[in-house]
Amino acid sequence: MEVAHKFSHKHILGLEQFSPDDIDFLLRSAASFKEISTRQIKKVPALRGRTVINLFFEPSTRTRLSFEVAAKRMSADTFNVSASTSSLKKGETLIDTARNLAAMNPDIIIIRHAHSGAPGLLAQHTNASIINAGDGTHEHPSQGLLDLLTVLENKGRLAGLKIAIIGDIAHSRVAHSNIIGFSKMGASVSVSGPATLLPMGIEQLGATVCASVDEAVTGADVIMALRIQTERQKDPLIPSLREYATFFGINRRLLALAKPDAIIMHPGPMNRGVELDSDLADGSHSVILDQVTNGVAIRMALLYAIMGGSEG
Amino acid sequence: MAQPLLLKNGRLIDPANNIDGPGHLLIEDGRIKGVYLGDLDTISEETCQVIDAKGKWIVPGLVDMHVHLREPGQEYKETVESGTRAAAAGGFTAVACMPNTSPANDNEAVTSFILTKAKEAGFAKVYPVASISHHSDGTRLAEFGELKKAGAAALSDDGRPVENSQLMRRALEYSANYDLLLISHSEEMALSGNGVMNEGAFATRLGLRGIPSIAEEIMIYRDLALAEYIKRPIHIAHISTRESVDLIRRAKGKGSPVTAETAPHYFTLTEEAVGDYNTAAKMNPPLRSKDDRLAIQEGLQDGTIDVIATDHAPHARQDKEVEFDLAANGIIGLETSVPLALALVRDEIITPARMIELMSVNPCRILGVEGGSLSPGACADITLIDPHRVFTYEEKAVVSKSKNSPFLNWSLQGKAVTTILAGRITYSDPDPA
Repeated sequence: MEVAHKFSHKHILGLEQFSPDDIDFLLRSAASFKEISTRQIKKVPALRGRTVINLFFEPSTRTRLSFEVAAKRMSADTFNVSASTSSLKKGETLIDTARNLAAMNPDIIIIRHAHSGAPGLLAQHTNASIINAGDGTHEHPSQGLLDLLTVLENKGRLAGLKIAIIGDIAHSRVAHSNIIGFSKMGASVSVSGPATLLPMGIEQLGATVCASVDEAVTGADVIMALRIQTERQKDPLIPSLREYATFFGINRRLLALAKPDAIIMHPGPMNRGVELDSDLADGSHSVILDQVTNGVAIRMALLYAIMGGSEG
Repeated sequence: MAQPLLLKNGRLIDPANNIDGPGHLLIEDGRIKGVYLGDLDTISEETCQVIDAKGKWIVPGLVDMHVHLREPGQEYKETVESGTRAAAAGGFTAVACMPNTSPANDNEAVTSFILTKAKEAGFAKVYPVASISHHSDGTRLAEFGELKKAGAAALSDDGRPVENSQLMRRALEYSANYDLLLISHSEEMALSGNGVMNEGAFATRLGLRGIPSIAEEIMIYRDLALAEYIKRPIHIAHISTRESVDLIRRAKGKGSPVTAETAPHYFTLTEEAVGDYNTAAKMNPPLRSKDDRLAIQEGLQDGTIDVIATDHAPHARQDKEVEFDLAANGIIGLETSVPLALALVRDEIITPARMIELMSVNPCRILGVEGGSLSPGACADITLIDPHRVFTYEEKAVVSKSKNSPFLNWSLQGKAVTTILAGRITYSDPDPA
């Protein structure tokens, strides 16, 4: 690989740990890995003999499959552990689970967990490299990177862009990683949504809080709609999905306020007609499926980088 | 009859008697026989056991009015024996223990059990704080009369608030019959929800749910309003925010019968100590902002806050070595309270005499128990403090059964070097400088 950059991270816990050079390296590395997935034989030997464990304590289709596809395309041996079959159901602590997995000498453990900070705890108690595949409301670094890659591919740059992120910022680890990632790369991030879903101090991650969605999307290069987590509706944070869709859902009127070539993103899974008009999700501005394709490339780049691939 | 004990050449600090100066203290038959400022002509030293107190403070025994001894029910975290041993090691001659044991201390049997265990251990006086409500579950009053008779020193549902304002009103009224003080854990649970650290930018960055300062302040306001209305004293436990200090300052200004305590971690640390999900910095109320910490220091300085109490909350490793959301609330504090308070003295935020008021005089007065002075004839509960002693607070030296402290491996200055309970030495520094 032509990219000369010393990538010195053993674990991928969040975008907060990365310098702009680290992010730039990972994005360029992913761009070159992307080609592999278009070949007839979609496999390279880069991680042959490496063991990767997918340890998912929360349900996930897209992210888990994406990591598994990425690892297999690089010839790693992959194993899946899901919460329903794990010892955690039997009362084992996360640290004990980690120690037991570590005793089998995996090279990489990819973890998704409902509690913020769980990947860091795992990192303290195993020798394996840990990749955070989403922890609580903290970070989802591989999603953040694949979003950066998607915007970079569509816009040719990141610096100077205006990114509008709309919706449930408070409970979105995707939003947190995106705010951190885009800010580090010189883009400006505007957030808006119901005030009950905008967490205190979000400005300190690098976001500008806009009082109205109109203000946030005006002149935007990118509009990202976040999933409203219907399972959270026990908390009185919004009165109804219907009201949310009416006042905060991304529609043609809002899109018209953005730049003419603005792209629409959504980290999925999407509630059609709530966060995003159904026809916009499938329309020419939408890059939602590009995000998924880029997810595999980014995860290949991450796996390769933490296995020392930057020196190759 | 035991040999008299002479503490020689120390600095006597006895704010209750307006004394702060060089002198000596003689103990005989478990009582303070005499306090001597200046020379020692009148005492025959040969007949005494002598402790050289040169460079040290001789102060009335320290009293921690807010600890958790965990027995009965959670003896794997702490016992009355291990907790009072830690108290003695921290310079305390008395502690008041909270009722959130298992079962809760809401009945005569548990109160008597704690007192029996304390007597057997012999390390410190123990004042059991009994539950305000049956099972401490906030639904109906516990039997205050029976609890008082068994030896309860005060009432609290500590660990949680009395959420029902009517029940709190009735508790304030009914406690008057037995002259029992109510200690309030003031927290509006609907606002604190399932938060795990102070609300704000730090919590947002870590993706942790926040506990807003108003959860504490709104409930303090309610408790102050009730106490003022009923005209009964109330003691507010572990205050942590600027507005809490202001509320209490205003209430005192109006002459309300309110007292308040804070803990060393609130005047020493801020929310930044949570750092990278450090569960040793997780407690309730949570560590707050820099400005809150400053306000707590101001409250200690100007008399708004009456007491430094540790909220000593032992937890075993398995309670803390888990995801931050799941970790138990609380830290141990008995063995670090003296050095952390002395840091305020060195920073000239409080005087040495004020420190002794906060840690001995006032807790005794508020609880209505003996102690808090060096008056001749008083029970000889005495603490010797070396304010200059520098030591590293290491896990292996922790006396408490649990080791959950955010101050582990800190270099601390100042230490209780001898603790005397009713004339008997309960702690003696194993490693004198």
